[in-house]
Amino acid sequence: MTLSWLIFPVAIPAMTAAFLVLAARRSLTAQRSLSILATVAQLALAIGLYVMARDGAPHVYWLGHWPAPFGIVLVLDRLSATMLLLTAFLAIGVVLAATGEWDKRGRHFHALFQFQLLGINGAFLTGDLFNLFVFFEVLLIASYGLMLHGAGAKRMKAGFHYVAINLIGSTVFLFAAGLIYAVVGTLNFADLAAKVPQVTSADQPLLAAGALLLLAVFAIKSSLVPLHWWLPPTYGSTLPPVAALFAIMTKVGVYSIIRVFTLVFGADAGGLAQIASPWLLPAAIVTLVLGTIGVLASRNLRTLTCYSLIASTGTLLIGIGLFTAPGLASGLYYLLQSTLASAALFLLVGVVLKETDNRTQIIRFPQHASLLAGLYFCLAIASVGMPPLAGFIGKLLILDAGRAAASMASVWPAILITSLLMIIGFATIGIRLFWNTPTTAHAPEPDAARLPVLTIAVIGAMIIAIAALSVFAGPVMNDMTAATDQLLAPRNYIDAVLRPPLAMR
Amino acid sequence: MSMEFLVATGIGALAAAGVYLILLRRTFPVVIGLSFLTYAVNVFLFTMGRLTIDKPPIITPTASGYADPLPQALVLTAIVISFGMTALIVVLSLRSFLETGGDDVTLGTRPTDQPTGPARPDKVP
Amino acid sequence: MKLALVVLIPFIGALLPPLAIRGGRNACAAITAAASLLSLVILLSTVPTVYAGNVLQQNFAWLPQLGLSFSFFVDGLGLFFAAMILIIGLLIILYARFYLDRDDPMGRFFCYLLLFQGAMLGIVLSNNILLLVVFWELTSLSSFLLIGFWYHLPGSRQGAKMALVVTGSGGLALMGGALLLGHIAGSFELTEILTRGDVIKASPLYLPMLLLILAGAFTKSAQFPFHFWLPHAMAAPTPVSAYLHSATMVKAGIFLLARLWPALSGTPEWFLIVSLTGLVTMVIAAWIALFKDDLKALLAFSTVSHLGLLTMLLGFSTRMALVTAVFHILNHATFKAALFMSAGIVDHEAGTRDIRKLGGLRHLMPITSGLAILAAASMAGVPLLNGFISKEMMLEEAAHTVYAGQVWLFPLLATVGALLSAAYSARLIFHVFLGPVRESYPHRPHDPPVGMWLPVAILAVPIVAIGIMPAFFAGAIVYRTALAAAGGALPDYYLALWHGVTPALGMSAVALLGGLLLLWLYPAANRLRLSVPRPDAMTMFRATMAQLVRLSRRIIAAIDNGHLPRYLSIIVASIGLLAFAGYLRAIPAGFAGDRITIPATLPVYIGWLTLMLACVFIVWDHYHRLFALIVTSIVGLVVSLAFLQFSAPDLALTQISVEVVTTILLLLAINLLPHTTPDEMPRREKLAAGGLAVMVGAGIAALAYAVMTRSADTISGYHIENSKPGGGGTNVVNVILVDFRGYDTFGEIIVLSIAALTIYALLDSAMHGEAERRLARTRFGKRAHDPHPLMLTVVARVLLPLSLMVGIYILLRGHNLPGGGFIAGLIVAIAFLMQYIASGYVWAHKRARIDAHAMIGGGVVIAGATGLASLLFDRPFLTSTFGYFHLPIFGEIELASAMAFDIGVFFAVVGTCLLSLGTLSRVEERAEQASVRAQELRQEAKPQ
Repeated sequence: MTLSWLIFPVAIPAMTAAFLVLAARRSLTAQRSLSILATVAQLALAIGLYVMARDGAPHVYWLGHWPAPFGIVLVLDRLSATMLLLTAFLAIGVVLAATGEWDKRGRHFHALFQFQLLGINGAFLTGDLFNLFVFFEVLLIASYGLMLHGAGAKRMKAGFHYVAINLIGSTVFLFAAGLIYAVVGTLNFADLAAKVPQVTSADQPLLAAGALLLLAVFAIKSSLVPLHWWLPPTYGSTLPPVAALFAIMTKVGVYSIIRVFTLVFGADAGGLAQIASPWLLPAAIVTLVLGTIGVLASRNLRTLTCYSLIASTGTLLIGIGLFTAPGLASGLYYLLQSTLASAALFLLVGVVLKETDNRTQIIRFPQHASLLAGLYFCLAIASVGMPPLAGFIGKLLILDAGRAAASMASVWPAILITSLLMIIGFATIGIRLFWNTPTTAHAPEPDAARLPVLTIAVIGAMIIAIAALSVFAGPVMNDMTAATDQLLAPRNYIDAVLRPPLAMR
Repeated sequence: MSMEFLVATGIGALAAAGVYLILLRRTFPVVIGLSFLTYAVNVFLFTMGRLTIDKPPIITPTASGYADPLPQALVLTAIVISFGMTALIVVLSLRSFLETGGDDVTLGTRPTDQPTGPARPDKVP
Repeated sequence: MKLALVVLIPFIGALLPPLAIRGGRNACAAITAAASLLSLVILLSTVPTVYAGNVLQQNFAWLPQLGLSFSFFVDGLGLFFAAMILIIGLLIILYARFYLDRDDPMGRFFCYLLLFQGAMLGIVLSNNILLLVVFWELTSLSSFLLIGFWYHLPGSRQGAKMALVVTGSGGLALMGGALLLGHIAGSFELTEILTRGDVIKASPLYLPMLLLILAGAFTKSAQFPFHFWLPHAMAAPTPVSAYLHSATMVKAGIFLLARLWPALSGTPEWFLIVSLTGLVTMVIAAWIALFKDDLKALLAFSTVSHLGLLTMLLGFSTRMALVTAVFHILNHATFKAALFMSAGIVDHEAGTRDIRKLGGLRHLMPITSGLAILAAASMAGVPLLNGFISKEMMLEEAAHTVYAGQVWLFPLLATVGALLSAAYSARLIFHVFLGPVRESYPHRPHDPPVGMWLPVAILAVPIVAIGIMPAFFAGAIVYRTALAAAGGALPDYYLALWHGVTPALGMSAVALLGGLLLLWLYPAANRLRLSVPRPDAMTMFRATMAQLVRLSRRIIAAIDNGHLPRYLSIIVASIGLLAFAGYLRAIPAGFAGDRITIPATLPVYIGWLTLMLACVFIVWDHYHRLFALIVTSIVGLVVSLAFLQFSAPDLALTQISVEVVTTILLLLAINLLPHTTPDEMPRREKLAAGGLAVMVGAGIAALAYAVMTRSADTISGYHIENSKPGGGGTNVVNVILVDFRGYDTFGEIIVLSIAALTIYALLDSAMHGEAERRLARTRFGKRAHDPHPLMLTVVARVLLPLSLMVGIYILLRGHNLPGGGFIAGLIVAIAFLMQYIASGYVWAHKRARIDAHAMIGGGVVIAGATGLASLLFDRPFLTSTFGYFHLPIFGEIELASAMAFDIGVFFAVVGTCLLSLGTLSRVEERAEQASVRAQELRQEAKPQ
């Protein structure tokens, strides 16, 4: 019965959210405690699933007890388990940071939050193309709700951009899914992977168009240039904890790219093998460069964080875009640390916003400045990829993976030079923000507001996690490599899914 | 002309109109354009099961054959989802108008507080 | 565990000072010193082993996949540098204790200092070059913090940033270089790499790797043209300058060159690049130093000059030059640290570092002056002091170096360099300490407390001792160090005061006398210097940074300009291109397929025509929004007819009912929105948009046609077969929705619920604030004076129960005939919405208290519970079951668990529609009441 655990990353948040709407609408306290409880449960669950996934073979869950490919299946392999764990860890932090202050700003924060988790978990677990579309919609519409939580003129306009661009994305997803079904005649990933190689050359053009449309959709989600426009205004105008949660959203796009373009259109997809790679790597490099330029250009911490998120996505997609074992593994490693770093930065933005003087853009309360500066210093180190934190190791790994490829001439300069520019950008903002304050020796301001202890603690925990990723880089990379090996041997996945479960009707 | 041709061109026309409208500068045409695109993609998805006449996928002893039911189910899901999305973006554009006093889609532009209702100065061809 | 401890203790110790400061400044300094002392003791305990010619190693795995390991080793070279770092470190700590003011946060200072010390030890003791890079970057970071220690001073901020940027970039280059080196050598362990010099030098990647590594070394050691950052780093407190910028950090580059000497040196590239860089740096820096009026700036540039000297020696690639370099590192560390501390004392006591304001200090602060003069003399290369010997050895090496066929180049310029250094040393002596006492100094100078001059005195001892008996005091150290650095046997040499009459002796003499002469001619020389243009590094650096930022801002402003139409057009265009490229990428095959097409019938033609016209109209005139809305709903109608035509009754039903609800929603919205869209787009943009639109449309049409003319082979045969036996329903579409792919539907009702909640949250906040005020200002057009016409009201109320019945019927039969949860839900919702429209929200809401929230939540709960129930029967989520029962009214009826699921769907849909549209109409009424009230007020206002 262990297999039925696979449904709970979806079932728990779904039922929690529904219950919150049904019964706990009146009391915010009830909502908070339930939401936190559910998130903790999801973390425990994610840990369990991660351990479960380590035994090698992908775990399959045939929903409705229908054999694949006719019903929908959930598949848990090392990659999805990793993503689930990352999401759950992030979610705990965000829900704690949001509780008490931000969740008062509008209606239904916690319900939307749980729905958001539901969408993300569902997308990581599903083994079906159209079902992936459905869960994309779930996580998107939930993100609209969270993004618009608590109104605000700028947020409204930015929100319109966000929704409009992503509706285009959803439309394209349907076109792509339709084309793929029309040519291959199935929607199940494993079945697709099995049938795509047999597609006749007469039908391949249609399928190729479908595949690249799909790539475009995922590229929008992961804010790949030139499809990135929704990200800066959205993350720049929404509530900091929400933005922190959204750090995982771009990674859903990345995950989908990895899943589809290693499994369905991977190395052994016949005429369409590796169809994504000629597009992904250049786009990733451009994204990294533009993101870095954005970091340099930003006038405040918030914008800087948005663009550094774009840059980090570019960096990790460089690793992914190589579509080699080391490339994918290093990309995944960088994904873990950059997600945490960006999320923590967004939370810090939330703290700093309340601490800074709008006019002078400097910290009002000197006695807080040094603590905040310390946190910023650590996160900056992680984001620009300097030792001793994991960003450095991630970049080292990606450089190493890029050395093997013929792409060294483009990858190395891109990563090294942008790193320097990132250092400049982060240093400039940090100096302006924290070093223009009077020294702590001066009398502390009397009316100094209390720091949000919980949020600070969460940020600290994330920094510790990033440090741990660096200290235990060896074991972590072992897991990432194992996950990559699973991805690059799709045969096991296909067999696991298409094997009819016992006593199928 | 064949049904296939008419349907295909119909989809194309819907999509074209939709694309044109979403490229305009006010929220309302963008919303309308998006729903045109939705029509287009729904029909497109539907046609991915090819065209069939008088073969509804409802099991009867007499039926000579059935239309591909799977795309129909997918389209039904798509219709409902896009309904939710449309409703949301309509309200969002309304809300954004109420908040900013303008329905211009460009960020950072100072909204000119337009009066609602028919009495409106803008020139209309 | 020894070696790792040497490195780790300072890092761990770094945590203590901030805590110890509570126990007072002495406690703070003491604990810091204790940490350094502890790791020094551990380090020295290795001396016997190392000087017996062995190498101590220690490895921990870190990231084997990459070859990055936490491994250390110590040999003569590492020991020499590590000892230097710790010993000078201790002196600095003592000195800093007295140097820092009361209101300087000493805890933080010592914390940073220990961090730096640990990083520095890491560099010189790592066995793994990637680990070395890690520590390398750590020194950059910690020095950034130390230079910025007084961050309230703009100078410190700028200096810190500049140092970080320059050394940081070098670090990145080194990172690349180290990766390459490791891959060339086949190992990242230095002990391996140092044995594979031949392999490395033969590799095609040698040159790029060398350039990257040199970039790292040169930036760190402030070699020309990267020399500019060091003087600005002098904004740091003097202990920092003395420690980082003379004794240790700037030597890291030199250490790296020495460390990799056996692996990299000896090639023409190495000789040409390294030795020349060193020479140029030595001369230029010395020339600049001569004219610096700031004491610390003068010392800074002299440091750069000496580093150049060392670089040059290492560039010569001869083992004798290596020995000389090692010896000079030792000597330079002693006299330069001493000088920096003296400068600090002068600054501290006299209140200025400006040489023009100083002079005659020997009468006021005799001890300091004595020590400083001694050190300066050694720097000038005065015999009987250690500086003289190593400098003479350097000249000896330069004397017989031929560079690119130039016999004179090196001897001559090396002498010039020595001459200049003699000159600035002399200036230090004569202009600061000798000469007449001034009437006024910012403070009244006097000797500092013992704690401050003691470190200088301690350093003075080796200066003299080595100067007189080099072999006795320095011989062993230099030999062991050089031996380790050379990685092989050393030539015969002897460190001695007197080498006999050699060209070097002559050169030293020339240098020394020439230096004094130059100082005598100082005013003239100064005029000469002022006549040539002198670029200021800081202004250039800041200008470059500003330029960089301005440029990037321009780029971002151009790309992310917030203009949605442009975003969307680029997005649509690039997606289209991508798809087209994909289409072309695959082998171009026949466009249309061979499937037999169906001839069109008249109704289809009519529908097609309507559709085309609608599309043309909407593009032609979408300015009147009501008109646009009507056209849209016509299209919706045509689409649902099309579904009906092509045997998809469920779709037709769903589409039409969704159409109704959407239209109501849009009508409500339009009422509050502007009623028209201005015709504001320039013709050019319209044409561009049109062009793009046509291309996209054509592409999609082509794809659709290509698909429809190909024969299909899909999995749905299974669904048709198993719909009745497996799913218990004859309506395959519905069975797919609630059973085969019920999971999709579950997600889908969740989407609806979220949409409703979001809409509710959005509109709820519209009831107050800016939005509310604008609502009140909304002007409604001429309207029927009765907002709720009787007929409509009556009809709506009569229809309500009827449509409820219909809804439930459709819900129940849905499993077998067209219908199901969605359609039923939408129909019932419409019935309720009619009440809102006909009788107004308030009225309807008063009568029928429907808790839409509960409906939504309940619906999802029901659906989810139905799914979870199957877990109880050890079946996966959403496994359905069914049976046949007899119900009074409906007769024989089949109940499937999937129906319970469908009921959940039903409630969710009804709830969604009621919540979103209900809230909207509530807002509407608010606005109307507000505007009516406003009108009434105006009416009342009139009479007066």
